[in-house]
Amino acid sequence: MHHDFLDRFSRLDSPVHRLPAALKMAAALVCILIVVITPLRTIYPFPVVAFLLILVIALSRVPALFFLKRLLVFEPFVIVVAAASLLQPGGGMTCASIIIKSTLSLTTVLLVSNTTPFTELLGVLRRIHTPPAFLTLIALMYRYVFVLIDEMQRMKRARLSRTFVTRGMGSWRSISVIIGQLFLRSTERAERIFAAMSARGWR
Amino acid sequence: MHIPDGFLDTKTIVATSALSLLGVGRALRVLKTQMSPRKVPLMGLAAAFIFVAQMINFPVAGGTSGHLLGAVLVAVLLGPSEAILVMSVVLIVQCFLFADGGVLALGANIFNMGILATLGGYYLYRLVALPIKSERGKFVAVAFAAWFSTVLAAVCCTGELAWSGTVPWSVGFPAMTGIHILIGVGEALITALVLAAIYATRPDLLSIGAASGAEGEARPLGGVLINGSLIIIGLVLFVLPFASRWPDGLEKVASAIGFNSKVLARPLIPSPLADYHVPGVGSLSRATALAGIVGAILVFGISFVLARIVISKPKDRIS
Repeated sequence: MHHDFLDRFSRLDSPVHRLPAALKMAAALVCILIVVITPLRTIYPFPVVAFLLILVIALSRVPALFFLKRLLVFEPFVIVVAAASLLQPGGGMTCASIIIKSTLSLTTVLLVSNTTPFTELLGVLRRIHTPPAFLTLIALMYRYVFVLIDEMQRMKRARLSRTFVTRGMGSWRSISVIIGQLFLRSTERAERIFAAMSARGWR
Repeated sequence: MHIPDGFLDTKTIVATSALSLLGVGRALRVLKTQMSPRKVPLMGLAAAFIFVAQMINFPVAGGTSGHLLGAVLVAVLLGPSEAILVMSVVLIVQCFLFADGGVLALGANIFNMGILATLGGYYLYRLVALPIKSERGKFVAVAFAAWFSTVLAAVCCTGELAWSGTVPWSVGFPAMTGIHILIGVGEALITALVLAAIYATRPDLLSIGAASGAEGEARPLGGVLINGSLIIIGLVLFVLPFASRWPDGLEKVASAIGFNSKVLARPLIPSPLADYHVPGVGSLSRATALAGIVGAILVFGISFVLARIVISKPKDRIS
């Protein structure tokens, strides 16, 4: 498990990557705000934002295919809910605007998260005075997600190599045991982490 | 059920963000005054755990798969305030790292899945488990609470979408709630099975949430009051306006086409709660609410039977 599979493009080098994280986050927020508060019949902000996004993607050296693939994961859900909005009077406009707004916002967030290392994002949050306890939680979660995914994959492989029943209700018990074990290992790991952190002066 | 950006309008974003900030802020304050630093790594790891657990597929017939939300699971294992923080952290990281859920919609997502599902499910569990003495009974209570948390979050999500004018309530409610009533069954089973697996190895861990969670017995009234109000405000804002007094689909069609007259003066099987009122109670809304409670108890009974069939006694080794 690569230690950065979640944000593997965030440490590339490009004009966009070199920008300060606070600037990128603020710009993204402004972008999403503009996109979301645009009233129903106004369409001129959308092409402007779309053009800006494409420009930044091109500058950032993150493969465009990656964005397309990620968007494709979420589009079905968006389209289904948007389709539900068609069933009201004037729905066509609402439906189109939902799809455009969510696609643009998704791309913006993907851009920021893939051109900024996660630790820098947390640094920005700290500077705007987010409660430190909360930041510690986020940092710990990010740090140990990869470790737990590794554990989970090992357990899954072990299960697959020992059982013939992988589908249907019977398998729910063994999968739940895996999740239960994951939690138990997490608690034990948390104890060790607490001891290590305290030994280094954390309170 | 993570709402992306673009689905909610400004007033909904502001309202849900305010509610979420209040709820998370309160959980943080509770934890700061009552929590030992030992809990922080535990909560951080629990957040990672929930994230990974949500990634695991449970095969459901027909090639689809189910997933765990985990709100009630964490609440029972760690305590309600801890669970609020854990779920919020998971949702925040999912939003920023995966774009799963919009940035401005974070308030709504945290409120639905981090606060409403967690608190609603947890308090329901505590309430239902009060008279229950047997261990197996407590697992049933957890299962019911987990089912309830899923449906509750779905209903509020629908309300938020309807309040924003994105999806009309009449379309959203049956679809979302219907689907999540089914999904909730999966959540109920998985939560109960995971707790049973944990209980089989480390029974002492299941008392972390119940006894020594930061809520504990220290501030029962204030805690329940504030948390309860958050839930009530959320539901009143997003769900109550849509409780419809109009005739339902069939009645409407019946009166339109004209077979309304065929309705029997007295039903063949007299029903005690006809039309969702408890007869004899003055106000319409109170009558409906009472009927709702009765309905919920019935559903609980059915889940009890179902859970009994599926979950073996915790004493048996699970293998």
